[in-house]
Amino acid sequence: MDLWFTENHTENVRFSIKVDKQLYTGQSEFQRIDIFDSEEFGRVLALDGYVMLTEKDEFMYHEMIVHVPMCVHPNPRKILVIGGGDGGTVRELVKYSSVESVDLVEIDEEVVTACKEYLPQTAGMLEDPRVNTHFEDGLKFIRHHENEYDLIIVDSTDPFGPGEGLFTREFYGNCYKALTDDGIMVNQHESPFYANDAYAMQRAHKQIVNSFPIARVYQAHIPTYPSGHWLFGFASKKYHPYNDVDFEKWKKLGLKLKYYNTNLHSASFALPTYVEELLKDVE
Amino acid sequence: MKNLSQESAPILEALEKMKRLRLVPFDVPGHKRGRGNPELTEFLGEKCLSVDVNSMKMLDNLCHPVSVIREAEQLAAEAFGAAHAFFMIGGTTSAVQTMILTACKRGDKIIMPRNVHRSAINALILCGATPIYIDPEMDKSLGISLGMSYRAVEEAVKANPDAKAILVNNPTYYGICSNVEALAKLAHEHGMLLLADEAHGTHFYFHDKLPAGAMTVGADMAALSMHKSGGSLTQSSMLLIGPNVSEGYVHQIINLTQTTSGSYLLMASLDISRRNLALRGKEIFDKVIEMVEYAREEINAIGDYYAYSRELVNGDSIYDFDITKLSIFTRSVGLAGIEVYDLLRDEYDIQTEFGDIANILAYISVGDRPKDIERLVAALSEIRRNYRKDRSGMLEAEYINPQVCCPPQEAFYAPKRSLPIADTAGKVCSEFVMCYPPGIPILAPGELITPQILEYIRYAKKKGCSMTGPEDMDIEHLNVMEGSGK
Ligand SMILES: Cc1ncc(COP(=O)(O)O)c(C=O)c1O
Repeated sequence: MDLWFTENHTENVRFSIKVDKQLYTGQSEFQRIDIFDSEEFGRVLALDGYVMLTEKDEFMYHEMIVHVPMCVHPNPRKILVIGGGDGGTVRELVKYSSVESVDLVEIDEEVVTACKEYLPQTAGMLEDPRVNTHFEDGLKFIRHHENEYDLIIVDSTDPFGPGEGLFTREFYGNCYKALTDDGIMVNQHESPFYANDAYAMQRAHKQIVNSFPIARVYQAHIPTYPSGHWLFGFASKKYHPYNDVDFEKWKKLGLKLKYYNTNLHSASFALPTYVEELLKDVE
Repeated sequence: MKNLSQESAPILEALEKMKRLRLVPFDVPGHKRGRGNPELTEFLGEKCLSVDVNSMKMLDNLCHPVSVIREAEQLAAEAFGAAHAFFMIGGTTSAVQTMILTACKRGDKIIMPRNVHRSAINALILCGATPIYIDPEMDKSLGISLGMSYRAVEEAVKANPDAKAILVNNPTYYGICSNVEALAKLAHEHGMLLLADEAHGTHFYFHDKLPAGAMTVGADMAALSMHKSGGSLTQSSMLLIGPNVSEGYVHQIINLTQTTSGSYLLMASLDISRRNLALRGKEIFDKVIEMVEYAREEINAIGDYYAYSRELVNGDSIYDFDITKLSIFTRSVGLAGIEVYDLLRDEYDIQTEFGDIANILAYISVGDRPKDIERLVAALSEIRRNYRKDRSGMLEAEYINPQVCCPPQEAFYAPKRSLPIADTAGKVCSEFVMCYPPGIPILAPGELITPQILEYIRYAKKKGCSMTGPEDMDIEHLNVMEGSGK
């Protein structure tokens, strides 16, 4: 059998994965949800036809969106994750015993249900007692919180579809308000490579720069995302992303990871020149 | 005439039939189904250009409808409960003007609130009628003008028994209704017509939680912006008439100014929208009401902002309130409505309908999605957090009672002189000055310019309202009547 999943990375570029078998298909109020098995990448979650994660490379994304800010913040106890219904971000967070609570705000309950059933690799820690799951619009949830979280992780889909509102100035402003005085916000920041993604990336950066005193961008390699070159936003009220970070303290935690390490931490903020220029254009 | 049901859409069906025939067009429009203008076709789409056609036998003719347009108009009349409906392709402006030109000739009087849309006063310039203005009461704290109180209209009717008609906004831009039923009775008792500007009231006819549509409570004519809450294309509107108005005469009036090349895109959009409203109107406005009620509650929970609703109703000058209108009082945040309007657009990529000096109006329709409502609420809450100001020094809007020195037509055509705006106090204005939107004149031709009015114009300009009307587009100069004032 020759069954292929194809995602259009641009109008002129396609990315295909050979499918072994389809495990789940559902149409929720918000989007179409597909989970399938593949030889190369293991299980794959796609929303509206866009790859959200694969078992093979999700560690790259989830480690980078979580451990960078967790290493910077000296005492992160109360965490908010917006999006991230697959559970991968939560899985990384609950590795820290210092974390007292994680609020997971996912708009689409069916994503969580499907992931719990078919993607235990990421969803396995959603039942941790410190985790509270809320099925609600992130923009709505955040509006009602003030001076409450040490860290907010915006683990969103793309800036079209259900994740649209999570790339707006009003959302970032509300995150600022919901953070404590030394809080950090990290977000999925799209890619600098293809024109449409780069445009979304610039817009997001512009809005974050307008909302936070410290706004930097760092990168990772994620093979199944368009161009494989992906960015994260690091926005902070007080802490610089790599100067004055107590890396030794973090190392003593002894976490066993596959992508993130403290050398990579600072290096990931060193960006290619064309990316720096894209960012400067909107600062 | 065929027996038609609301499920049919005669103009749409005729256009589809016409497409199947693959006629060879040796008639206008010259783009010939778009082939002659590839750039336009690329931009608008082939489907759109292929029905941008001229009237022909199978498509009827808007200037003299006898087949499919007439059928579509009859279905519309039935859907709205009117004796007849006219499809209008010159906007609600053309419908309002037709109402007034039908009711009034040169020298006739017409009773209307001063907060009418410019199109109504423009009609007076065209026909030479004289307005008898009713002072719409003002809500001092919100800074908005209201509906007409029954008592005030009654007095005007007694003082001007020879007036030909009463014009009423149903509702105002902000959603406020007068007692149309009582006013219609009053008009009829005195041999006058009741005309309703329902530019913002199309949806009233399709939901029982909304104020009464004017035609259902005795109005003689109503102008409806189908392109606002009805969902049709911009510039398409509807004029409804009751049994006491001559259809043929109204037709003649319409044809005085209407194009002889009516757009089938606009007409088809009216036909399709009428069908949609007739079949699904209740459902559609259920959804809109739910979204607006939710937004109102959330906005009022932010603090300082006041998204008002039915609680304003006072049985007279606010006889009813259109709950689909999301009008928000912003002055309590220390910001003029126009400032919030600008911030929403420039900083948050949110375009609202308009901002005046104390309010904004967010237009909510069936096209909105809950997540967009969340963005609006979140942005308003952010604007309050980041931009809130001290409220002192903010101008309170007041109703400025116009002093009409001569009828609009006479003033407009009188010999005039252009003066720097600061030097015009005491003169009689011969042109309009207004903020657009909402397009309600601050000054109309024939009205006395007072220091208070000049102060209001200066303030509105400073806050960033977009001002229109005068011949001098920058509004540095105003035309005044030669020899008027000191
Ligand atoms: C009360 C009122 N009447 C009439 C009109 C004219 O409508 P149109 O722009 O369709 O000509 C408007 C438009 O904004 C209006 O607000």
